[in-house]
Amino acid sequence: MKREKIDKIPARLDLIQSSTGLILALFIMGHILFEASILISHEMMYKVTIMFEGYYFFGETYPGIVSFLAAAVFSIFILHAGIAMRKFPASYKQYRTIKDHALSMKHEDSSLWIIQVVTGFVMFFTGSVHLYIMMTQASNIGPYASSSRVVEELMGPLYLVLLVSVVLHAFIGLYRLALKWGFMEGKSTKVSRKRFKYLMKIMIVFYLALGTLSLAKYTYIGLSHDFSDGLRYQSPDIKMETH
Amino acid sequence: MKKENANRVLKISILRFDPNNPKDFPHMQTFEVLEAEGMTLFIALNDIREHQDNSLMFDFVCRAGICGSCSMLVNGRPTLACRTLTSKLERHITLAPLPLFQLIGDLSINTGKWMRGLNGRLETWIHDKEAEFSFDKLEQKMEPELANEIYELDRCIECGCCVAGCGTIQMRPNFVGAVGLNKIARYHLDPRDKREDKDYYELVGDEEGVFGCMTLLGCEDVCPKNLPLQSKIAYLRRMMIKTSMKD
Ligand code: HEM
Ligand code: SF4
Ligand code: SF4
Ligand code: FES
Repeated sequence: MKREKIDKIPARLDLIQSSTGLILALFIMGHILFEASILISHEMMYKVTIMFEGYYFFGETYPGIVSFLAAAVFSIFILHAGIAMRKFPASYKQYRTIKDHALSMKHEDSSLWIIQVVTGFVMFFTGSVHLYIMMTQASNIGPYASSSRVVEELMGPLYLVLLVSVVLHAFIGLYRLALKWGFMEGKSTKVSRKRFKYLMKIMIVFYLALGTLSLAKYTYIGLSHDFSDGLRYQSPDIKMETH
Repeated sequence: MKKENANRVLKISILRFDPNNPKDFPHMQTFEVLEAEGMTLFIALNDIREHQDNSLMFDFVCRAGICGSCSMLVNGRPTLACRTLTSKLERHITLAPLPLFQLIGDLSINTGKWMRGLNGRLETWIHDKEAEFSFDKLEQKMEPELANEIYELDRCIECGCCVAGCGTIQMRPNFVGAVGLNKIARYHLDPRDKREDKDYYELVGDEEGVFGCMTLLGCEDVCPKNLPLQSKIAYLRRMMIKTSMKD
């Protein structure tokens, strides 16, 4: 038998693809929840914003923290996209093959994979734009600033596309991740798989609803608020000297 | 069977093509068959060949789900024709040969050739340099639980349904497929096989092996023997990652 050193790269790539996917998915679950603080009140969203800017640790806000976080997520995002891209159909013929296959077999899980590939592709563009703006405009986040971005700067439509893509992609991804590595497989994969799939569907509906409602609220604020005093939100309780 | 179903006239559309006849081209042909009680597709196809068209090509040996030769696409899904009751299907049934395998003609395909290639490539036999071939020597004992576990995976009949059901292998024909990964899992369990984790890694630790699998689970959903393919592929994946972490 041959006794050369084994090539570890394929194993590494698979592991990195899965772990970056997992990190991004967990991040998104938190992100959409924090974003939804606007549904409670302007004040709540403001507090969440300054929390991430370090106010509750340093007594001052440092938007640079958000820039840094955005850059970190962007790096993971690029790493994940770069590695997962290997799995894209490499030609139109391959794309037709897998599509015809999934449809003629009426096979749900194969169709879910195609959704992942398509939404992944859409995020190349929508995700990059969003992440880049968050990196460079981190100080312009808040109930009014964000609403202005959604309405005045026309980010609304892009956010909607991104929301649908990321929610579908992330939860289908988490579902496949569990099956792929045998996470909580239990005695019968038939049972555990059914449960994971059910959970996946609930999470998709929940996060789509939450994200759409938040986006609607930002749009409403953006349309109804008078921005002539600037984009800054003034909290009745928290007084900020520098910001 | 329910009474109202007993006298259905089945419409069976078959994708026909004889690759050895230069004048032939792939086309659908529809036959009508009077459904009988307890009828399987095996019986229906024989009925057609006997009474309507004796040139129809298809394979059967055991007609009991053991030999794996009657696999075909039934309404687009790979399955064993001998184990498919017509009463479970709609009146209009579509049959086609499994894709990817060499077509012999109509529904008959050469899975054997493909499987031999696979077995050669993955060396699906016990590797043991020390073992002498002596008929007098007693075989090593094995725990019954382990023997059962190995037997569970040995039930694969090489029907090729998992191959035809796998979207990955349709796109990338060099992928070993669930049947291959299952066999590696089987030999890995077997204490008589002296291959090390590294040797297995060399066989399937790449993108034509376990890391090529995209967990579409077509294999798991169509395997007529209900082999635990999802679970075994996940196990192999974990094992290959562990192997890659060592030294
Ligand atoms: C440009 C952006 C992205 C692209 C092109 C992309 C592409 C892909 C592709 C093609 C897969 C399937 C890989 C396979 O079948 O083995 C995948 C898996 C996955 N993606 Fe993404 N993705 C992107 C962004 C994201 C984001 C933002 C998240 C999280 C919110 C995410 C989470 C996941 C997860 C959890 C998996 C499953 C990982 C695995 O199977 O190992 N992806 N991605
Ligand atoms: S694993 Fe199942 S579907 Fe695949 S060849 Fe074996 S018996 Fe057939
Ligand atoms: S899980 Fe999917 S990709 Fe992997 S072998 Fe089965 S059908 Fe093919
Ligand atoms: S005839 Fe043997 S499996 Fe169907």
